Amino acid sequence: MIEIKNVYKSFENKDVLKDISAIFLEGQTNLIIGRSGSGKTVLLKSIVGLHEIDRGQILYDGRDFTHMPPKARKKLRQEMGMVFQGGALFDSMTVEENVRFPLDMFTEMSSAEKQKQVDFCLERVNIVDANKLYPSEISGGMKKRVAIARAIALNPKYLFCDEPNSGLDPETSLVIDALIHQITVDLKITTIVNTHDMNSVMEIGDNIVFISDGALCWTGNRHEILHTDNQTLKEFVFANKQYQKIRDEKIDEE
Amino acid sequence: MNFFYHAGRYFAMLARVFQKPEKHRIFALQIFKEIESLGLNSVGIVVIISVFMGGIITLQVAYNMANPFLPVYLIGLGNRDTLILEFSSTIMGLIMAGKIGSNITSEIGSMKVTEQIDSLEIMGINSANHLVLPKIIAVVFIFPFLFILSVFFGLIGGLMVGPAVGAVTATDYLNGVQYGFTPYYVTFSIIKTLFFGFLVASIPAYFGYHVEGGAFEVGSASTRAVVTTNIMILVFDLILTQILFR
Repeated sequence: MIEIKNVYKSFENKDVLKDISAIFLEGQTNLIIGRSGSGKTVLLKSIVGLHEIDRGQILYDGRDFTHMPPKARKKLRQEMGMVFQGGALFDSMTVEENVRFPLDMFTEMSSAEKQKQVDFCLERVNIVDANKLYPSEISGGMKKRVAIARAIALNPKYLFCDEPNSGLDPETSLVIDALIHQITVDLKITTIVNTHDMNSVMEIGDNIVFISDGALCWTGNRHEILHTDNQTLKEFVFANKQYQKIRDEKIDEE
Repeated sequence: MNFFYHAGRYFAMLARVFQKPEKHRIFALQIFKEIESLGLNSVGIVVIISVFMGGIITLQVAYNMANPFLPVYLIGLGNRDTLILEFSSTIMGLIMAGKIGSNITSEIGSMKVTEQIDSLEIMGINSANHLVLPKIIAVVFIFPFLFILSVFFGLIGGLMVGPAVGAVTATDYLNGVQYGFTPYYVTFSIIKTLFFGFLVASIPAYFGYHVEGGAFEVGSASTRAVVTTNIMILVFDLILTQILFR
């Protein structure tokens, strides 16, 4: 479980995050949603420590990440896996080398053990026959899947995904969403996904945190979102007529 | 103020660079890779530039010393000392700042804007140490060899051009090359190349590591890196000459 308490972050006197508190649960796909520029990415990067917060606390299973000494923080980071918006695969390495990289850096496994783990992770994300290809030779969807494989190589306790569906077609987005959700449930990890894709919200939103203008606006799950009275959230989620229709149908069914 | 801001960030980056590597075996492998990509791949350009440089210096010395009272072998001597003292160390440093420096900035800069550096940090890897230190070690290691290679091919260039245009005979030229040789000049220049190697690797790495934005900003950072490295090479050339020749 990850808990954030009263988090503030500003850049050059501009407040980007204002007093955000939330709980992200283990074994669930936790979503951070919000408009572009609302502070989602800054919040996610603050949670993983890529941005230092100005005030507040970030707790990983009760461990205070904010005030942790560098060595302990480094150790905790090995329990994290992150999928970046563009995949962030290392261009100079093949698919296989990308997935093996964290194993090379942090384990004393034998070559055969590493290969077994690499094959397992690539199989887990349904990548076959692409082991020797370079990131420039594979599609956007495959890059995301390889990035997920790399993120789970060290069996992390916490998985972070920044806009995993950006730039992908709707079908591939569904595949990626299902993959993230399945991995979260199977490995019982705490997953935080940063998204503004409403398909993801409706498909995998076990726990949703909606932020607007850098402040926490609403929390709930994908079922509760249908009945929300929060006007800002309604304008954001149901801006599309298609989703308004889906909401009305689901409410009618209930 | 801008200078102090950049100097502060540069030294802060160096403080992160000079730390214990995560895995020594991987680190050693990376150094060999960098020696190949930054050093060995520069041999061709060093040879070509040095041959022309030596030929041109020989011609210039010959035309400016067309005096019956001056011995002809001074042409070879002039070419040798000019190459050793300045051209094969400083001018080659400036050229390598363009080739190696822009390569380092664009490589690290691209990694920065595509979040590959963030990705290393998330894994708990000191990205500055992992990416920059092997490059610094490789360039500092390879620069003295490139210098020696440059002097050698510069002298060959003079030997090819001087006799070919009738400015000096091969015998006179070679006599001049061997006349009054001061070994300290080589030591002095090798010391300079060690400093220049450090500048050529670390300054562009700094500009790449701190780039923000996209492809345009990476390009601008490469230009700024090369210009700054060139200026710093000349500043250090002046300082080292003053210190080491007193």
